[in-house]
Amino acid sequence: MLSEKIKNTINGIRPQFPTEQALLLPVLHLIQDEYGWVSEESMKSAGEFLNLPLSKVKEVASFYTMYKLHPQGKVDLQICTNISCWLNGADKLVACAEKRLGIKCGETTKDGSFTLSQVECLAACGTAPALMLNEDYYESLDVPKLNEILDQASKDLAAGKVVGKTTRKEGVWP
Amino acid sequence: MMYNNEHFEPVITKFVNEPGCETIEFYISKENGYKALEKALKMKPAEVVEEVKKSNLRGRGGAGFPTGMKWSFMPANPVDANGNPKPKYLVCNADEGEPGTFKDRLIFTKTPHKMIEGMIIGGHAIGSNKGFIYIRGEWFKESRLMQKAIDDAYAKGFLGKNILGSGFDFDLVIYLGAGAYICGEETALLNSLEGKRGEPRLKPPFPAQVGAYGMPSCVNNVETFAAVPYILDKGWEKYAKMGTERSGGTRLIGVSGHVNKPAVYELPMNLSINEIIEIAGGVKGGKLKAVIPGGASAPMLTAAECDVKTDYDSLAKAGTMAGSGGLIVMNDSVNIVEATYTLLKFYEHESCGQCSQCREGSHWLARMFHRILNGGGTQEDLDYIAKICGNMAGQTICAFADAVTGPALSSIKKFRSEFEELVMKGGLKGIGREQSISHRVEGAHV
Repeated sequence: MLSEKIKNTINGIRPQFPTEQALLLPVLHLIQDEYGWVSEESMKSAGEFLNLPLSKVKEVASFYTMYKLHPQGKVDLQICTNISCWLNGADKLVACAEKRLGIKCGETTKDGSFTLSQVECLAACGTAPALMLNEDYYESLDVPKLNEILDQASKDLAAGKVVGKTTRKEGVWP
Repeated sequence: MMYNNEHFEPVITKFVNEPGCETIEFYISKENGYKALEKALKMKPAEVVEEVKKSNLRGRGGAGFPTGMKWSFMPANPVDANGNPKPKYLVCNADEGEPGTFKDRLIFTKTPHKMIEGMIIGGHAIGSNKGFIYIRGEWFKESRLMQKAIDDAYAKGFLGKNILGSGFDFDLVIYLGAGAYICGEETALLNSLEGKRGEPRLKPPFPAQVGAYGMPSCVNNVETFAAVPYILDKGWEKYAKMGTERSGGTRLIGVSGHVNKPAVYELPMNLSINEIIEIAGGVKGGKLKAVIPGGASAPMLTAAECDVKTDYDSLAKAGTMAGSGGLIVMNDSVNIVEATYTLLKFYEHESCGQCSQCREGSHWLARMFHRILNGGGTQEDLDYIAKICGNMAGQTICAFADAVTGPALSSIKKFRSEFEELVMKGGLKGIGREQSISHRVEGAHV
């Protein structure tokens, strides 16, 4: 079942769009935001809510990289390794993060705190190398800065805080 | 610095270093904001289109199509099968993701109202009452900033019903993508905006006939819209004069990679690549080796070729393209095969998979480059690269396949000796280099 919060938000933006299917990307974003990933169950509910067959929901959810079809860590650490970041030492960041977290790109730490991945160009090439920590960008990085970011994130997680995310107001999107 | 062009002045970035430049108050008080809109609303739509046509503004997203002409393709009074009027949509392509390109993000965060004003003027010009801003999904913060700017514009009466008493209505809606490079292609973007997979459409029909939600639509880039207020405010002549004969205005060039001062620079188009690198503080950490002049898809140039001017036509003559204005500089510490593989693994991941030439071709190319880097390459592979590219470019629904061949072909054409060395000496190990950690196959894109 979709939460009331998601339904209310979607109902709020519905008049802006000519079709029901246009609401599919926003619904999937909201599901991702609320649960941290997009499960088969939630895809079914999205389909029922928007009156779309499950196949349509699935083909869309599987097309876009930002919809995670498997459970993720609480912190999604995505390091850009595309050309400008790569030229400016993104590899060092990947090596540092892998060593520190004890996982490789594409994996999640055992305690479910961090997922590490490489991400495609974030349009932050002028401040390379860059990374995304959940919804937040960090730019002009080096290894000491990455360590600071991870220290802070670990501390915040241990204190039970939400890391790198803005709490959405109900009914408002984006 | 006058850049040898007496007519030049910054159109977009004049105030981007001043505190508060992103607010509507700043835009109105310091930048004469929304005055161009007032002027445009007193003109007939066709006159606005004519003004933009004469300014020689060309699309800043990559293709460089004349903006005024694109607007003029929009039907005046489209009707459906029953004779009822159809809505027309104006769409802003803010799916910035071409590697090396980061100019639209500057506009979003520093001068969003220029783009909004440009869109409202565009809406009036093509007779549309609704605009969508398609923003890449990773821009959570940027989309909230843009939403704030839109809300402020509504509050001041620049958006909504009966704008400035003109009788013209215009609404703006933000739509967030979800991480797909291909959605920067305009028809893929339209599909995504409809909540579908971002797969490019066959043309014709063109978006001006069948666009978003089946309605006539016009898609322009962020920077293109942001240039429109200036043209209306100062007149087409002033804008046209700043550029070349066939392309008006200034360009935002994002310089990145191995330079001392990477940033977005607003420049006239009569500068050479070497001059731009100089402006960006010169090459960092070595001598210049190669430059990608217009975003990752543009064929690369060798250091010896960098005297070329950066307007659309000069770069096309040099066998590359002005593209999205992302200038990526590489010094002589770079191995070109590795650098190109960095791009090819990206294309492999981002191919939408509709056309087999592109889906398979981008995969094979990436695999072959990987093999060459890891010591498994053969002399035959080097010839196959050109063959595969020949089967991709121009054979598919959209220009993505052509984009893949840009770096692949130019790298082997211009730096063949580096490929041969890797083949003969057994890959990176044989020449004393380590494999890049981001170039491992496993988990590269998970």
